[in-house]
Amino acid sequence: MTDATANKGVTPRGAKPRRRLSPTNIMLYGTLFVASVYYLLPLYVMIVTSLKGMPEIRLGNVFSPPVEVTFEPWVKAWAEACTGINCDGLSRGFWNSVQILVPSVVISIAIASVNGYALSLWKFKGSEVFFTILIFGAFIPYQVMIYPIVILLREAGDVLSAMTGTKIRLMGSVWGLVIVHTIFGMPILTLLFRNYFASVPEELFKAARVDGAGFWGIYFRIMLPMALPIFVVAMILQVTGIWNDFLFGVIFTKPETYPMTVQLNNIVNSVQGVKEYNVNMAATLLTGLVPLIIYFASGKLFVRGIAAGAVKG
Amino acid sequence: MAVTDSGGTESARTPAKKPNRLFKNLTAKLASVPMILTAIVVFIGCTGWTIYHSFTKSRLLPAPDKWVGLDQYERLWSTRRWLVSIENLAIYGICSLVLSLVIGFTLAALLDRKIRGESVFRTIFLYPFALSFIVTGLVWQWVLNPDFGIQSVVQRWGWESFTFDPLNNADIVIYGILIAGIWQGSGFIMVIMLAGLRGIDEDIWKATRVEGIPVWKTYIVVIIPMMRPVFVTALVLIAAGIIKVYDLVVAQTSGGPGISSEVPAKYVIEKMFQSQNLGQGFAASTMMLVSVLVVLIPWAYLEFGGKRRD
Amino acid sequence: MTNVTVKDLTLEFGAVRVLDKLNLEIEEGEFLVLLGASGCGKSTLLNCIAGLLDITDGEIHIGGRNVTWEEPSERGIGMVFQSYALYPQMTVEGNLSFGLKNAKVPKPEIAERVARAAEILQIEPLLKRKPAALSGGQRQRVAIGRALVRDVDVFLFDEPLSNLDAKLRADLRVELKLLHQRLQNTMIYVTHDQVEAMTLADRIAIMRGGVVQQIASPAEVYNRPSNKYVAGFIGSPTINFFEGDIAEGGVEFATADTKMPLTGYEASQGALSARPAWLGIRPESVITGTDVDTQPFTTEITVELFEAMGADTLVYTTLAGTPFRFRMSGQARVAAGDTLRIGFDPAQGSLFDKTTEERL
Ligand SMILES: Nc1ncnc2c1ncn2[C@@H]1O[C@H](COP(=O)(O)OP(=O)(O)OP(=O)(O)O)[C@@H](O)[C@H]1O
Ligand SMILES: [Mg+2]
Repeated sequence: MTDATANKGVTPRGAKPRRRLSPTNIMLYGTLFVASVYYLLPLYVMIVTSLKGMPEIRLGNVFSPPVEVTFEPWVKAWAEACTGINCDGLSRGFWNSVQILVPSVVISIAIASVNGYALSLWKFKGSEVFFTILIFGAFIPYQVMIYPIVILLREAGDVLSAMTGTKIRLMGSVWGLVIVHTIFGMPILTLLFRNYFASVPEELFKAARVDGAGFWGIYFRIMLPMALPIFVVAMILQVTGIWNDFLFGVIFTKPETYPMTVQLNNIVNSVQGVKEYNVNMAATLLTGLVPLIIYFASGKLFVRGIAAGAVKG
Repeated sequence: MAVTDSGGTESARTPAKKPNRLFKNLTAKLASVPMILTAIVVFIGCTGWTIYHSFTKSRLLPAPDKWVGLDQYERLWSTRRWLVSIENLAIYGICSLVLSLVIGFTLAALLDRKIRGESVFRTIFLYPFALSFIVTGLVWQWVLNPDFGIQSVVQRWGWESFTFDPLNNADIVIYGILIAGIWQGSGFIMVIMLAGLRGIDEDIWKATRVEGIPVWKTYIVVIIPMMRPVFVTALVLIAAGIIKVYDLVVAQTSGGPGISSEVPAKYVIEKMFQSQNLGQGFAASTMMLVSVLVVLIPWAYLEFGGKRRD
Repeated sequence: MTNVTVKDLTLEFGAVRVLDKLNLEIEEGEFLVLLGASGCGKSTLLNCIAGLLDITDGEIHIGGRNVTWEEPSERGIGMVFQSYALYPQMTVEGNLSFGLKNAKVPKPEIAERVARAAEILQIEPLLKRKPAALSGGQRQRVAIGRALVRDVDVFLFDEPLSNLDAKLRADLRVELKLLHQRLQNTMIYVTHDQVEAMTLADRIAIMRGGVVQQIASPAEVYNRPSNKYVAGFIGSPTINFFEGDIAEGGVEFATADTKMPLTGYEASQGALSARPAWLGIRPESVITGTDVDTQPFTTEITVELFEAMGADTLVYTTLAGTPFRFRMSGQARVAAGDTLRIGFDPAQGSLFDKTTEERL
């Protein structure tokens, strides 16, 4: 159901409109243009607001371009904006997000790709059952599972501490969040990889087995080099998904390790002090920048990624 | 082979003995341990745990031994905040379902008319989907700000009596959230619809043109019925997303004014992690699960049960 | 070099039994062709021998060793696939050496063996290329080379030539035959191409529904098919069947209106007895022209249709109430409606029991 969106035919269908300025054409482009305004307006407002000074915002309207361009709000949002007692700006959240993002992306993709590989080429009794549970699990609201996971992480942290003799905390640390992202990214990524590996000709797999390669040999030497494009799709999916996450960030980390989205929300929606709309918009843009860059840079692959991620809802 | 050796000479194993089933594909099984644990411990175990505890009197801590039957559910359904949440979810859900499908399909159909700059328009419609709900909520909070946003701009243009302040008006606040939600997600539905349209055989268009059926009628009579599976997929995706609505509300209105834009997901999180009323949180989240199942089971039945019968 | 024995092999996919108590004995150095219609279980059997499928029941021995539960790479087999199955991201050299690297063969020896295989298959100039930059024939040579370098005793081929065009297929067929003569390995070769089967095989095993129908030399399979299915499957154009009865003492075969003498028929068991039967006559065994009268059975037919194929001509007619086809050599001058005198020896045909369809 997800691959339907992989954009097979690239050429548009439908009858070709003939005259340039026919009423149909005016309607067509008119509608598209109006729609574009709706979609572009917030981005425009965000940008212009973030480049204005506060006095100008209080006087003018949100749509007018800045009379006097200032980058002050950006600097302030990045380095000085306050959340609670900390006034070191969004940069802290940015680096927290990076620290969460990198291991989460690597581990979730590593595990899911092996799952997909095992599920398509090394089926064992019951493997399909686990996969079905996984796919249905993708539809269970996170709220249903979140509290027991908190308990599990706390307990697991205690067990690990007792075993290693050092204090290890999973709950409230980056690693707890990494585990959570790995778990909740698993259904869709596993599906993605399973479908990909299922499309690899079976004879290739057989040939490798005759050649004496085992589970890991075939995975690393044959499948991994072939599956690079799908790894890129998975990465796009995970980077945007994890970067944009708010719920897990709030629950599984502490204020010092809050990811960027959480910190952004705290900055903008903080009730103390005067509202600095220009700083808020600069902060919002900064937070949206990473996924936007990925979106504009990856083009078609992004479409493939979100289409595959559709199940995630 | 599976010869039952009455002599019990276990040592006389030939190398050709059928290997134990458990150890067959052992590496594959070991490599799947994370998946198996996730499926069983998290998706089944944690869900079951929450459902079980929704029947207990858990407050600050889970209290598995204080069984209270349906008490939590009765409390839940007599809490005003929950009822408001459900009402909001219903309004948001129905509107966003209809609007996403209509907007998504219309835009896809327009883009499918061999227009110039298709990819530019597609990029414009889809980019909000790359943004988080937090960013979405905060931007629209600003755009809809009654003192500086659209309302004030229109008023300054001379239409003094113009009012559009959804975020400050408890009666229509949910529509303010809806505008932002549609903005973020409809591009994605458009992509799905566009892929569906592209999957339709070119000959269908030729045939309808030969028969002289007008374009708009072709869409309604021929194309939309053909795209039924695409619509079903889109519907399930939208529905699954609606129930999870949380961050958008937190960012845009924090549930306000008052409790007028609360949603179930927010209710659950707050009961669990802020007001230390776990039992309520569990009962409310179980209700969320039930509503997902109401959507999911008929769909799964149509999608998979139907095929098996063929 | 090694013999291969398959004992009571049964394989089920869920409830479907694809191979049913199959027995096969392949001699050392033999070239055995598995022939059968699509879906009869040829590939499945080959995969079982290779160890790529877990069998439900039975045993497989290679070189006297019970390998039933051994890994494919431990069995001393090499396999060549229809789709070539070359590793796309590796060069030809990488493809050839992959198996040796897995077996931890020392580097110099790998180089030596790759060089030798490349020389035998004449693919030395291609060693540094990726599979995508090779033609179909070259790819298949590399695939064969991959089995060759591993110095295995048994080669398994699963329709290795069917993705190639007709000309290349004929060339590679000859090459394969030469390779077998040179290496003297045991080879098991799956195909549904009769010409490949007839030309390559020492023996042909004809399969149907997971059961071996007959296993014999190409000539034997052609001349003395063991049942009606094999008779119909082998030979192109297909054999003609007459429905009738064998007379008392087995002296003649009688259809509703025609009698054909059976004197000299070599019954497979004892003497022929009276019973309903099928008589199969190959289109090639019909004689026309001046020699007709030397044949035990002669008759006049009317040409209904003819197909000139260049080297010979196929004539369609009706004989004894059934459609009948026969072959005339050369570009015979016939036309629809012509009357022709033809003759053949029914005793050189094949008789099958009406109900069991077994050879009589
Ligand atoms: N993995 C499988 N699961 C279920 N049935 C299978 C599977 N693989 C093969 N079969 C069935 O087993 C039968 C034999 O298949 P096999 O591939 O051996 O046929 P084949 O003789 O090689 O045919 P072909 O000439 O088309 O390659 C077929 O009916 C097929 O549908
Ligand atoms: Mg086959």
